[in-house]
Amino acid sequence: MKTKLVGGAFAAAAATMLAATPALAEVDFSGKTIEWIIPFSETGGSAKWANFFAPLLSEELPGNPTVVVKFMPGAGSTKGANWFQEQKHEDGTLLFGTSGSTQFPYLLDDPRVRYEYSDWNPVMASGTGGVAYLNPEDGAKFDGTANNLKGIDFIYGSQGATRLDLVPLLAWEMLGMNVEPVFGIKGRGDGRLMFERGEATIDYQTSSGYLGASADLVASGKAVPMMTWGTLNAAGEIVRDPTFPDMPTFKEVCAATDGCETSGEVWEAWKAFFVAGFPVQKIAFLPAGTPDDVIKTYADAFDAVRNRDDFPTIAAKRVGKYDVFVGEGAQAATKAGTTVSPEAKSFVINWLEESYGVKLN
Amino acid sequence: MDVFATALPALGEAWALILQPVVLGYLVLGVVMGLAVGVFPGLGGIAGLSLLLPFMFGMDPVLGLALMIGMVAVVPTSDTFASVLMGIPGSSASQATVLDGFPLAKKGQAARALSAAFTSSLFGGLVGALFLTLFILVARPIVLAFGLPEMLMITVLGLSMVAVLAGRVALKGLAAAGLGMMIGTIGEADAGGSLRMATYDIPYLTDGLKLVIVGLGIFAVPEIVALLRRDRSIAEDARLGAGWGAGVRDWFANKWLSVRCSLIGVLVGVIPGLGGSVVDWIAYGHSVQSTKDKSNFGKGEVRGVIGPESSNNAKEGGGLVPTLLFGIPGSGSMAIFIGAIALLGSGTIEVGPSMLRDNLDITYSIVWLLALANVVGTLLCIAASGGIAKLTTIRFTYLAPFLFMLISFAAFQSGQNFEDLLALFAIGLIGVFLRRFDWSRPAFLIGFVLSNPVEKFSNQAFQIASFRFRKSFEEGMEYIFSPIVIILIIVTVISVVIGIRQAKSIMAEGEVKSGSKRGPLIFLLIIAGYLTVALINANMIPDFNMTDKIVPLVVGGLALACCLALLAQMILRPETDPIFADKDAAGDEAEAPYGLWSTLAWFAGLIAATWLVGFILALVGFLIAFLRVRAGASWARTLILTVAGIVMMCLMAGALNRDFPPGLLQDMVDLPWPLG
Repeated sequence: MKTKLVGGAFAAAAATMLAATPALAEVDFSGKTIEWIIPFSETGGSAKWANFFAPLLSEELPGNPTVVVKFMPGAGSTKGANWFQEQKHEDGTLLFGTSGSTQFPYLLDDPRVRYEYSDWNPVMASGTGGVAYLNPEDGAKFDGTANNLKGIDFIYGSQGATRLDLVPLLAWEMLGMNVEPVFGIKGRGDGRLMFERGEATIDYQTSSGYLGASADLVASGKAVPMMTWGTLNAAGEIVRDPTFPDMPTFKEVCAATDGCETSGEVWEAWKAFFVAGFPVQKIAFLPAGTPDDVIKTYADAFDAVRNRDDFPTIAAKRVGKYDVFVGEGAQAATKAGTTVSPEAKSFVINWLEESYGVKLN
Repeated sequence: MDVFATALPALGEAWALILQPVVLGYLVLGVVMGLAVGVFPGLGGIAGLSLLLPFMFGMDPVLGLALMIGMVAVVPTSDTFASVLMGIPGSSASQATVLDGFPLAKKGQAARALSAAFTSSLFGGLVGALFLTLFILVARPIVLAFGLPEMLMITVLGLSMVAVLAGRVALKGLAAAGLGMMIGTIGEADAGGSLRMATYDIPYLTDGLKLVIVGLGIFAVPEIVALLRRDRSIAEDARLGAGWGAGVRDWFANKWLSVRCSLIGVLVGVIPGLGGSVVDWIAYGHSVQSTKDKSNFGKGEVRGVIGPESSNNAKEGGGLVPTLLFGIPGSGSMAIFIGAIALLGSGTIEVGPSMLRDNLDITYSIVWLLALANVVGTLLCIAASGGIAKLTTIRFTYLAPFLFMLISFAAFQSGQNFEDLLALFAIGLIGVFLRRFDWSRPAFLIGFVLSNPVEKFSNQAFQIASFRFRKSFEEGMEYIFSPIVIILIIVTVISVVIGIRQAKSIMAEGEVKSGSKRGPLIFLLIIAGYLTVALINANMIPDFNMTDKIVPLVVGGLALACCLALLAQMILRPETDPIFADKDAAGDEAEAPYGLWSTLAWFAGLIAATWLVGFILALVGFLIAFLRVRAGASWARTLILTVAGIVMMCLMAGALNRDFPPGLLQDMVDLPWPLG
């Protein structure tokens, strides 16, 4: 199996992680209940992610504790994350899961953010990809470049420009496409339905959402895939998404399209937010002050989960074929997902205000 | 006819899958668990399904489905107990049931109301399943025909039910609905994220108020307080009148109403994004409009129970269509259901467009498991209804502390914040005064429930329409005035016209005498004051976020205009005018042995004590003090009841893995669950 890792640092970190023989963990969770708090509602992708890992984690932790997923939705995950910031280590039975939607407001200095990622202890991180697709009529004009798509007014059902949607919105704008977002939908599923009804004419889904339903639209000729966001290789370059090897990446489309640059300020800003939002989208944390042996116990358990024989099969169906980082790999991944250069940040804050009138602060 | 060629064998396979003893056993197990969860207000399918999730991993698909569907299907059945017996809306599906179900219980006809409700639920569930068996094959294009303008019109149709439920003074009903909508806009706007009547310093408000809390506050708190003040039993002469057989006969006499409401339930349930919030109101409105003698609505008309209850179980069936065909959950419990299906077996069943093609037998199994679960659940409920109805003959002072306990716990479950309890108290206070001064509480609740959909659909439909109009005028018109929209407009107009003509005879609050001018006037000024502040607040949102301010401005402006018109009328009219209705001026409340404030103080005391020492410790003190002082019970009885209450609370929370509100004490010292 070819492994794709985010950045060289991850590769090294992961290697160390695996080389070190796990010392016999003294932490024992027999008879305990682990609470895994998800700061979103039961309906979202993070719920799906945590519910997928919870039973597997339970099997691998010493003492086989019950792992329950609890939900604390509010303010697009900011509420739950602010709550988690206040929690201290007690007996290691509290786990917290974040998503790209927790990372973006943090990166953009949203006034509601009272949490600090560097205080927390990541034990597992995983990524995803995304696919953009067009309606059949306009899709016929797509020839690997967006040259023929300029001058068409597209409508896109969006969750908000400061959320993960800023990655597709900025990408389309870079290609010179005119995409009008209709804000206020509650999930990407609603966006897809809007597309199916013909009210929206362009859409994107994360990999699992695309595989679950949009691929069917493509198969029946009701949608035409345009591009993926790609994934990062060990050198930190964007390459084709292993889940969709036949689709060009945005980078390829951009390079082929007149007026779109794969270098420079705009490109670096897009890439920075893509890296923060997709290859490291969901992270499991232990609270501040957790002792090393507990962190290691969790990291080992997640390591055992991802090394299960059947893991690639079951994960591919539920969460997609993407890397799962544990231990130091997760720490490096978290760092990559929660830092952007000051230039990228100020570019995006400025772009949000100019294009969508969004003022942060 | 190739549709039938594929459907019939799949249907046969589905029956073969279901009709195995072990599958039926799991179904019954799920049903029993669902009933137990559904009986408690505020705990619905979401709580129950979350409990089952850990067991679904790798489970045999049909067994897992039987367990989960058994649970989901009966929640709208068993939450009827709380609606009818206590006037507590158990979930959004049973709000309209309270309007006539609870007055029936007060008349001593709780068993009749319950069995009529259950029979209607059963029938609704079966009609839903039957309809779905055929409809699911052709549903896709129909569901896709419902775009944003169509959804907006259905929401408006739901809102038009305010006309029916506005009460004696139509302006008051309109203002109440407007106030409800304005309360519904509190928090961060969906579209642009602007804050309305909230600040980041109080994070609780940025999320807006939850339906559970508003439902409990508007219906349950005022009823509990009013009954407690009177110090009698719920059934006014402490005896049970008509038994469960009467309810079944009532249903039979109104079977066509039940058929029509079931179909309303399935059809509205099919449309993703609307869910259960409008269905029961539309069904209730239809029941009123299709009844010749309307004078009993709001006072215990059994048709007012049969209509909404037929529709809400049918809706669960309809809700399966968007869930299974599009992978888009119609409700929170359906969302968990989708997640859980992916856990089953080898993970090969994935809901979404491929479901019908690849798993038609499983799809049919789901539809018919739902129907079977309805049958099992209803039979159990009818069997239990006679006994449980006896609760209405107990002196209410012995029930009240436990109801305060239950609604506080239910409110806390919605957001896991101490503020949930404060919000419940604040909304409860609004409810108490809406009830006292005869402002339509159903109108308020409809406004609240539909506030978000109205705002969302009108903003989004407007945006898309303006893009279409930019292309060409015809394309814009075609988008806004589709045939479905035109039909819905006609239905809405008819319903409003009929509604206004009949509104005066439907008094959701019963007969209310008029009293002095002072009380009603002060209440009106407070509402007008809040609306003014909310309007100024909305106006401060910068113009580039027009989507976030336009609905509060328009709705708030209209509601304020209603208030000003009312103010003018109040100044001009004499004290005896119905506009000055005041429940404390004459009738039961005026003669009640206990005052409003001293009764509310008990509830406030429970909340304040919770803030100090956490819920369970506060509850111990509250139960003992209440039973000793207010109910005058002996020490032995007080202790037995207190222990029973605490044990029940802990068992339920423990089984569902729920927490209790912590207090200051818990911040300082670590206490073991359930104390900490």
